[in-house]
Amino acid sequence: MKLTKLLTTAALAAGLATGALAQDKTKVGFVFVGPVGDGGWTYEHNEGRLALEEEFGDAVETVFVENVAEGPDSERVMTQMALDGADLIFTTSFGYMDPTINVAKKFPDVKFEHATGYKRADNVSTYSARFYEGRAIQGHIAGSMTKSNIIGYIGSYPIPEVIRGINSAYIHAKKVNPDVQFKIVWAYTWFDPAKEADAAKVLIEQGADVVLQHTDSTAPQAAAQEAGNVITFGQASDMAQYAPKPRVSSIIDNWAPYYIARTKAVMDGTWESTDTWDGIGPGMVGIGEITDAVPAEVKEQALALKDSIASGDYHPFTGPINKQDGSAWLAEGDTADDGTLAGMNFYVEGIEGDIPQ
Amino acid sequence: MIRLEKRPQPSRAFSLATPLLAVLATMVFGGLMFAVLGKDPVTSIITIFWQPLFGEFAFYYRPQLLIKGAPLVLIAIGLSLGFKAGIWNIGAEGQYIMGALFGAGVGLAFYPMESFIVFPMMVLAGAFGGWLWAMIPALLKVKFGTNEILVSLMLVYVAEQFLASMSLGLMKNPEGFGFPGSRNLQQYNSAFNADLIEGSGMHWGVVAALIAVIFAYVLLTKHRLGFAIRVTGEAPRAARFSGVNPTRLVLFCLGASGLLAGLAGLFEVAGPAGQVTIDFNVGYGFTAIIVAFLGRLHPIGILLAGGLMALTYIGGDIAQSQLGLPAAAIQVFQGMLLFFLLAFDLLTNYRLRPGRTEVA
Repeated sequence: MKLTKLLTTAALAAGLATGALAQDKTKVGFVFVGPVGDGGWTYEHNEGRLALEEEFGDAVETVFVENVAEGPDSERVMTQMALDGADLIFTTSFGYMDPTINVAKKFPDVKFEHATGYKRADNVSTYSARFYEGRAIQGHIAGSMTKSNIIGYIGSYPIPEVIRGINSAYIHAKKVNPDVQFKIVWAYTWFDPAKEADAAKVLIEQGADVVLQHTDSTAPQAAAQEAGNVITFGQASDMAQYAPKPRVSSIIDNWAPYYIARTKAVMDGTWESTDTWDGIGPGMVGIGEITDAVPAEVKEQALALKDSIASGDYHPFTGPINKQDGSAWLAEGDTADDGTLAGMNFYVEGIEGDIPQ
Repeated sequence: MIRLEKRPQPSRAFSLATPLLAVLATMVFGGLMFAVLGKDPVTSIITIFWQPLFGEFAFYYRPQLLIKGAPLVLIAIGLSLGFKAGIWNIGAEGQYIMGALFGAGVGLAFYPMESFIVFPMMVLAGAFGGWLWAMIPALLKVKFGTNEILVSLMLVYVAEQFLASMSLGLMKNPEGFGFPGSRNLQQYNSAFNADLIEGSGMHWGVVAALIAVIFAYVLLTKHRLGFAIRVTGEAPRAARFSGVNPTRLVLFCLGASGLLAGLAGLFEVAGPAGQVTIDFNVGYGFTAIIVAFLGRLHPIGILLAGGLMALTYIGGDIAQSQLGLPAAAIQVFQGMLLFFLLAFDLLTNYRLRPGRTEVA
């Protein structure tokens, strides 16, 4: 058994060496969970990849595999990229966490970057964006513009990232409109146009005139357009084709600066394992153009809110905030710490319903 | 004019030749499609079919073929028994999920106790879970005459909801910071379905798949039950006259296919996948239907077909990364395989005849 292991290790190392000799370009691999044409999550990661090629030209070579299932398939794809001589591999879905760690162990000289996870190693960094900052602005616009006072929310999975977004949007909608009510539908998917469209229709039938989504397709936008007086926000990418209405603004994931910086670090030999969680300020979270469908006054407030978040003057989770059960969470003036935010598994006071288990 | 004429007997030669013809046609037309996409067709085909087996890194891909192929073969063997008898279990994906949940549930319940008994218990639970899930359409069929195709398929979606619920609730890793997904069984020695020889890809699921192939072969060729299955599929009326009990046959075929799908799920969750997660199932249960037919519902054929499908998956991913072929093109390529198989299948039962023009 030992011998086989030795052989395997030797073979892996040899493969790595020949891969590295064959090219002096920096090779960057991307593992995508959806198709690059999904118009949302994977689309934006791929835009980051293209920006990388643009920035470094011939000095870098990028490769990608799309529609990679989480689990053993992703592990195989990562291994294959490493064998083919990749220097840096971005794995862009939460479910790639354990596979990334497994493969990173086998290839200590290859750098890995895992999006949205929490497990790191000497050659594994993690990165994510503070989308909840964008949700605060959405909540503000939604609360100001709703006439039915019912805001629909399409959740993907009840995980901390999504719950954080719901809380942030709710807090800021409530601030401008105390009568506001959130209706939340769980789609249990990140990308399924048919399910997302159904969810949007159900919410609209229940009286929602604003639909927020934490899923990646444009199907909810199409459903809102069909229904008429309903507004939406682009998710992950701008979804500008539905502007000026129903899409009145958007949260855009902008991975390009991060991908460029990390690739540069590999080229310079300065790459280190880090945990990055950036928001509007550093430009990882972009707010898409607020259209004229939004009253000028609301737009002005929203932009002011954006500026104060970007500059760090204002934190979207600033007390007093109670948890759903009425117990105190943040005292007046206190702001949430990153640890609590990262593992957020409770609704704030005022949101109805339970987080599904 | 060429017309089709029904053969008096299905052609044995064509029955064996169609899978090969289908693979060849897929290579030709797939190559054409890759050429239209601006890729070198020969390089593409070599990348998909040759690289994983004999390329520079074959030492890594060959074990991966076992990992990818084993669940396909294990499930397809079970399905083929029913398909031969005209009993259509389309819901293996659901049985696969339930097998994984039952098996992983037992494993997680014992955590962190280390004992040799844990893994065998998980195997039993996994088999039971798959069997149980297949018994629902089976009992509904024999008691109320429901259509097993619909019921078994619908139960896939029910199983997916269970999977989501378990990943987010009961089986969620308590040390996972609130994120969905169970503990990783790969880090729990007693439950880990590791490679029997490290780096070989040979885990218990591969062994089980090989055993299933042998059992199915013996069953179909030597055993009375195998005879009953074949007769029921080919001539249901004759089967009844010869004393085949259709109720028992339905229960056996659905039960066996569910059991094997459940085992496949258990071996996957305890081994290569390691975790119960929301997206644990990746379509093995559905792909196995293709594998079963590609293998002519014959145990040895299924073994080869499972290997071939695994090859196109692994080679397809390599082609995506090395040649920039889109994932959709790879899926079309795999679809062509089934399409050509069905198309050439016609020649097993029909032959081409130069037709005489009918005189009016």
